[in-house]
Amino acid sequence: MEDEIKLMKGNEAIAHAAIRYGVDGYFGYPITPQSEVLETLAELKPWETTGMVVLQAESEVAAINMVYGGAATGKAVMTSSSSPGVSLKQEGISYLAASELPALIVNVMRGGPGLGTIQPSQSDYFQATKGGGHGDYHLIVLAPSTVQEMADFVALGFDLAFKYRNPAMILADGVVGQMMEKVVLPPQRPRRTEEEIRSQCPWAACGKGGRGHRNVVTSLELDSAKMEENNLRFQRTYREIEQNEVRFQEYFTDDAEYLIVAFGSVARICLKAIEDAREKGLKIGLLRPITLWPFPTAEVARLAKNVKGILTVELNAGQMIEDVRLAVDGAVPVHHFGRMGGIVPNPNEVLEALSAHFNI
Amino acid sequence: MKEEIVIAGFGGQGVLSMGKILAYAGLMDKLEVTWMPSYGPEQRGGTANVTVILSDKPISSPVLDTFDTAVVLNQQSLDKFQSKVKPGGTLIYDPSGIHHLPTRTDIKIVPVDAMTAAIELNNSKTYNMILLGALLKTRPVVEIDAVLRGLKKTLPERHHHLIPLNEQALRKGMEMA
Amino acid sequence: MTQEEIIRPENKVYSRPTFLTDNYTHYCPGCSHGVVHKIIAELVDEMGIGEKSLGIAPVGCAVFAYNYIDIDWIEAAHGRAPALATAASRLNPDMLVFTYQGDGDLSAIGTAETIHACNRGENIAIIFINNGIYGMTGGQMAPTTLLGMKTATTPYGRDAVLNGYPLAITNLLAQLDGTCYVTRQAVHTAAAVRKTKAAIKHAFENAINKCGTSVVEIVSTCNSGWKLSPAKSNEWMVEHMFEKYPLGDLKNVESIH
Repeated sequence: MEDEIKLMKGNEAIAHAAIRYGVDGYFGYPITPQSEVLETLAELKPWETTGMVVLQAESEVAAINMVYGGAATGKAVMTSSSSPGVSLKQEGISYLAASELPALIVNVMRGGPGLGTIQPSQSDYFQATKGGGHGDYHLIVLAPSTVQEMADFVALGFDLAFKYRNPAMILADGVVGQMMEKVVLPPQRPRRTEEEIRSQCPWAACGKGGRGHRNVVTSLELDSAKMEENNLRFQRTYREIEQNEVRFQEYFTDDAEYLIVAFGSVARICLKAIEDAREKGLKIGLLRPITLWPFPTAEVARLAKNVKGILTVELNAGQMIEDVRLAVDGAVPVHHFGRMGGIVPNPNEVLEALSAHFNI
Repeated sequence: MKEEIVIAGFGGQGVLSMGKILAYAGLMDKLEVTWMPSYGPEQRGGTANVTVILSDKPISSPVLDTFDTAVVLNQQSLDKFQSKVKPGGTLIYDPSGIHHLPTRTDIKIVPVDAMTAAIELNNSKTYNMILLGALLKTRPVVEIDAVLRGLKKTLPERHHHLIPLNEQALRKGMEMA
Repeated sequence: MTQEEIIRPENKVYSRPTFLTDNYTHYCPGCSHGVVHKIIAELVDEMGIGEKSLGIAPVGCAVFAYNYIDIDWIEAAHGRAPALATAASRLNPDMLVFTYQGDGDLSAIGTAETIHACNRGENIAIIFINNGIYGMTGGQMAPTTLLGMKTATTPYGRDAVLNGYPLAITNLLAQLDGTCYVTRQAVHTAAAVRKTKAAIKHAFENAINKCGTSVVEIVSTCNSGWKLSPAKSNEWMVEHMFEKYPLGDLKNVESIH
């Protein structure tokens, strides 16, 4: 039963995976195209089984602050939303990062700016990878491209968040959120006990409970010298994450003459394009960053040495391309192909863009 | 084996659920499957479509520009997807409400008067199952038994008594194709 | 009688509450915050809940409340304390969770969080300091600022057409099905302090016994913002603030369930 193969949407997979990871609380607000996360949780009623708290908040602002409150007590808590809602959450996310709290935020991106469209997009790349809210901080950003990864990244996101005491984000898009695929759910893990939380999270504000001193979770430090010291500590954590946690996947890069860099659902569309291209004898490779922050900079730089050009394909006007160009550092031409407004390009369009940019 | 299918029609015609049943049947037959819907207000009227891919190998893109098989249930969908069927592919359509008939000559065209058949079965909800039967007859990508097992898995227990009716509709569709 | 004879344990009539830290407060002389902090510290001690209490501090003058009361604290973003408290209390049902908020925090930027936490009947206590002005940022208008009252952003006095009307949010909260106890108190006299202490105690008990949300508004002074002496501030409060914000219980039911 536990490793039974299921067919479900990416959004549903996140809900199932959250329960099975032993998440303590989910706080969210409905918004297309991710409402199935909250709906699935409501239907599964985990409060009757694992004791997980599920609450529909009055706004995304309230939801992220519930996450802040819950995370500060040492609990494993999460929220999910889509682009406009994630904009609203940025204040809370900044507080989470500044207070060094682990939490998981899911963004199933839709097209913007503004109210935009409910159709898929990847135009929150900058927001997710460069901070998003105020202040110098980073989220650990995971980009799933399959429903299986939607499920798996819940556990990975929480594990990394707790390891580094830093919020993590699953940056998905409407395609991965809404599509159904086979998924193997992880076995049910028990939620951590109060004792485990107290020993694993000695910083948690969960009542002194005989600890002998009080814990205060705050992001406020009016002494500039101390605040700079805090910032330096955050930066040390970010360097450590960059050192240890870069994840990516390569396809056909061994003999590639041109390289496509794409993440999330778009990477799969590009893979199909590459499969088609290879039938025509064109040697194209694909690098799929799995962690968008930390970005696989060294990997891109290494691959750039062996190819004639690089195309980034994104559902935006060109955001990840900036990180690719930084990594390539002028070694080869880097071009962008993207669709916006919720339009998802098909494999053929990707090939056409590739030939147009590189005359192949 | 790899079959790339698009099903398109009005919201409420059972387009998405037909795709879902097909995907579940693929799952039962131990195939790799993806089910990618158009989502949003279309589900409540307007035109909805779903791409279903069944394959014995891992599936890369869930988004496609050409299809092996298209099942189209209204004129807009026919107009939109006729040209996207690969040469040698299959176009299944319900002629009711179709004024401009399909014109391609390099693909197999299968009209299935599913609406009339559904009325004969006294249950308009069997509509999409009749079309699914026709699809399975034309393109036997999964066993009918897998569809029935998939149905059993996806339908809540309280609807299990409807499985025989659905089987009847499937077989009717197979006869009609 | 010598000094040594006087300073004996049996003669001791007052001691600093155990749960009040040794830190000097940053509050202005005459400010009501210090009195309310002391009440909370005393109650935490007397009720024996110091090891399982969690305070949620606001943004506003009480932003550093966590420096003064020796329990666990979380410092919230401006206005969001009830959202934090919601999650903290639902995830830790054995804890006493309370928020400590000012009028800007609770009735301006955090209105939505306040109303919805109360409407859900979260098992928390909300302590609401209403002094009709933004103290920390330098005396600007609050939603609770009285008509005609001069502040940094209403230098000619609050005008209803320009600025809207003073918001008696506690009355609103009393109408919600999720609140079990809503009261308005003050701390300007010894008797008032005793009443406020009883009110906060009742609010804490409600939270512990899962009876629903309790709101204790404390009509307070801000002598710096009001530009009056502490004594004059108290007089002004009695004369003007109590008219719009009269003291007493607005609601007191055993439980919302």
